Amino acid sequence: MEGLLSLAVKSIFVENLALSFFLGMCTFLAVSKKIETAFGLGVAVVAVQVLTVPANNLLFQYVLADGALAWAGLPDVNLSFLGYISYIGVIAAMVQILEMVLDKYMPALYNALGVYLPLITVNCAILGGTLFMVERDYNFAESVTYGVSSGIGWAIAITALAGVREKLKYSDVPDGLQGLGITFITVGLMSLGFMAFSGIQL
Amino acid sequence: MADPAKKVVLDPLVNNNPITLQVLGICSALAVTSSLGVALIMCLALTSVTAFSNLFISMIRNQIPNSIRIIAQMAIIASLVIVVDQILKAYAYEVSKQLSVFVGLIITNCIVMGRAEAFAMKEAPGASFLDGIGNGLGYSIILIAVGVVRELFGSGSLMGIEIMPLVSNGGWYQPMGLMLLPPSAFFIIGLLIWAQRTWKKDQVEDREYQIHQVHRAEVL
Repeated sequence: MEGLLSLAVKSIFVENLALSFFLGMCTFLAVSKKIETAFGLGVAVVAVQVLTVPANNLLFQYVLADGALAWAGLPDVNLSFLGYISYIGVIAAMVQILEMVLDKYMPALYNALGVYLPLITVNCAILGGTLFMVERDYNFAESVTYGVSSGIGWAIAITALAGVREKLKYSDVPDGLQGLGITFITVGLMSLGFMAFSGIQL
Repeated sequence: MADPAKKVVLDPLVNNNPITLQVLGICSALAVTSSLGVALIMCLALTSVTAFSNLFISMIRNQIPNSIRIIAQMAIIASLVIVVDQILKAYAYEVSKQLSVFVGLIITNCIVMGRAEAFAMKEAPGASFLDGIGNGLGYSIILIAVGVVRELFGSGSLMGIEIMPLVSNGGWYQPMGLMLLPPSAFFIIGLLIWAQRTWKKDQVEDREYQIHQVHRAEVL
């Protein structure tokens, strides 16, 4: 339990997907102009991350890893080279299913998230989460924890950036830095701030 | 033939750069640039994936039903990335370890998807291939620029060869540790965008909110 807790704290703050691994940057920069939309996207990322990381973990452990097909009587088969295409397939399918379920049972939430859900398939943070899970060899419990907390970390980062940008539009920024340029510098400063967490001993 | 082809290749370098103007594919641009060698391998990988995915998608563009085009494009891109990843693992194992998950993340790199969607679905295979190369090069220029700055000032070397002798080796250069840390990549790209937009004035974004209008008018 303690191990899971420290994994959660580590992946929310110390190894924040957006600010220390630069994942999901395209949407991070594009959809962070307003706090509400940024928060909506953050929630959608957490939801998808919670589903896909554990799903891909099971896929990896029972189908793709070296010798994982032993239960089917094929102990010598190593399908790990098929990893990327299977993970992205799972992610695309999960996003599609989530979209249909939300549409049917939670129309309010669907309308709020609607635009962002398809975007999430190509969000590097989602695939990145899965690939880190595989690279670090998490077991199922760890992968659930990692999915939830890395999603939350990303959501915190994008909401905070949106807050900063809402205030920033009242500042006198040099012409060439207007828009994208100053956003990069802001994110750089935020990332510097988040690095302070790396001093935490877990 | 020569002129439009040249335009397709050269346009993404500065006038329509995928990173600084289209805001695509930033994730990996930031993450793999702490040393120049790794950045170069990444450029090569991305340029070849973009070019070939554009080529193949364009070849079958009339056969792909519109409703499932994203997943068809994904399948092509993911297969190409698997090929690149296996080649890297076979011939450059050390580098592929350093790139870790970022080779896999080429799949979700918005440049590849964006060009497939915006260009390859409409144009002929030849032009699409060139467009892929052009956008790959535009991405590479930024990556190499950031990689040079970060490695030169962060560890006093380029491609692992010492340029400025470090204090710790009896030289004169005190390395800037900040350059090797994540935030510096953001600052460098931010400043690059500033420089580029000072050069190409038409790329400057409009202000959302003009606070100093009156004041400026007085000054002028």
